[in-house]
Amino acid sequence: MTRFAAPFLSIVLLALLLGVWQISVHDTQPAAGMDPEYAKLMGLQATAGKSAIPTPLDVAAKLVQAIRDPFYDHGPNDKGIGIQLAYSLGRVLLGFGLAMIVAVPLGFLIGMSPLMGAALNPFIQVLKPISPLAWMPLALYTIKDSDQSAIFVIFICSVWPMLVNTAFGVSGVRREWLNVARTLEVGPLRRALRVILPAAAPTIFTGMRISIGIAWLVIVAAEMLVGGTGIGYFVWNQWNNLSLADILMGILLIGVVGMALDRALAAAATSVAWRE
Amino acid sequence: MAHSWLSVEAIARSYGARPVFRDLSFGIDRGEFACLIGHSGCGKTTILNILAGLEAPDAGVLVMDGHETAGPSLDRAVIFQSHALYPWLTALGNVAFALRSRHPTWSRTQIEIQARAALATVGLKDAATQKPAELSGGMKQRVGIARALSLEPALLLMDEPFSALDALTRGTLQDEVSGLVGGGRQTAFMITHDVDEAILLADRILLMTNGPDAWLAEIVINTLPRPRDRANLHRQPGYYPLRNHIVDFLVTRSRLLAGQQPPGWTGRDVPEIRPSDFHEQRERVPA
Ligand SMILES: Nc1ncnc2c1ncn2[C@@H]1O[C@H](COP(=O)(O)OP(=O)(O)O)[C@@H](O)[C@H]1O
Ligand SMILES: [Mg+2]
Repeated sequence: MTRFAAPFLSIVLLALLLGVWQISVHDTQPAAGMDPEYAKLMGLQATAGKSAIPTPLDVAAKLVQAIRDPFYDHGPNDKGIGIQLAYSLGRVLLGFGLAMIVAVPLGFLIGMSPLMGAALNPFIQVLKPISPLAWMPLALYTIKDSDQSAIFVIFICSVWPMLVNTAFGVSGVRREWLNVARTLEVGPLRRALRVILPAAAPTIFTGMRISIGIAWLVIVAAEMLVGGTGIGYFVWNQWNNLSLADILMGILLIGVVGMALDRALAAAATSVAWRE
Repeated sequence: MAHSWLSVEAIARSYGARPVFRDLSFGIDRGEFACLIGHSGCGKTTILNILAGLEAPDAGVLVMDGHETAGPSLDRAVIFQSHALYPWLTALGNVAFALRSRHPTWSRTQIEIQARAALATVGLKDAATQKPAELSGGMKQRVGIARALSLEPALLLMDEPFSALDALTRGTLQDEVSGLVGGGRQTAFMITHDVDEAILLADRILLMTNGPDAWLAEIVINTLPRPRDRANLHRQPGYYPLRNHIVDFLVTRSRLLAGQQPPGWTGRDVPEIRPSDFHEQRERVPA
């Protein structure tokens, strides 16, 4: 029974949340004394006594509708939710992949050489805390292309946790494991791939997991800035359309996809984990 | 001693200003099993690491089979105190990793057959696919032994390989190593602070004083006949005098002699003591 206690409680809490949401939103009175201009702006919702906040059922209906036809494309401002998510995921995976290609080998270098570690440390310390979005203007100016700028921003925010964790994992490889390799006259490449990499892999994957989480956080914000496509742009566009149901659906999907990314990396991390 | 197969010649090592040891020399003949006994911190691991090529001495050289050697090599295998297995590889994988290093041209099947055979010699036929985390301390150390022996090393180096094990497992492994390594088949150098382990396994027992500035006080020749086994060792005539002599050393002389090299001492001529010399030796204990 204990195995099901937590999921059961989760479902109860969800039902409670949805119930409170449904009840509190359903019976709101028409906003009295509202500025007529604003009322006009808000349309039916204000004048017909319907709350501006959609009910859970509204959101669910939107979601069903969106999932039923996720890949339609009716021009720049009207694309299926699947297409928008695919754009965002594509950018995140591309930026993340590039960051991995840079961070893992560089992290190896830093982790193996205390000198390089000490020399690069001040740069990392300064660059790491910069908000990825602060790079945006610079990226837009130098790269020009908005899509590539978004990818660059993902790259720059993904690179640090992977770099730092790889260096930490590599520098922390047990001396005795390296000594075994030395007594076996293992060459540098084989040592890197068969000893240091597996030894540091759990730490490296922890860095990757942090990175992909940050990348997913940042892509939504970045797409709101650069516009055009992606789930971030979708949410922003629905704000301009004043469609809160779509916004809530977008938020929900951002959460779900973020969780899926995290789960995927957690599974990958488990596959390289070792116990002593 | 100059003609020993392996000869350690006047090595020295210090951390900071304090010498761990200096002008330390000894030799090991081919097929001989030498044990180094001394208290914790006297420099035993440092000596073994120098023999393994994992550390370089500040002075002095290591000569093997007439050639000066530096750095580690595949013909010197190490069994580490903490087993030092790769936890992401299975028992078989760990042995195979070593075999692959030794025989880069062998086929995958050849490696696997040899690795399985090596595990079988230490009684781990059925644990081949298990990861170190799933093995007991004794089994892990067995894998370490299989890994080292599979290399067919010219010199086997062991740094207190059984000290982390419970008494029962330790005894069993001592007997097994005695069977696999003792009796002239394998040149070996082992560090221990277990007197019975030294008596069971060694042909010669090197007694090292406490540090800092530790030195080899003497080398005891173990004349007890082979094959030896733990169960009957203490019934051998000559066992107790030998044991008492070494225990005496560990309890008192190792401390009294620390940093007290006799006048005119050089590390080159460490006295070799036979059981017949024991009485005479005890007279020379400093006051
Ligand atoms: N990296 C090190 N830095 C400073 N001192 C060390 C270091 N390694 C060993 N020592 C010192 O050298 C001495 C010998 O160490 P070790 O060879 O490990 O002794 P043993 O194996 O006999 O216990 C000890 O006193 C220890 O404190
Ligand atoms: Mg030691």
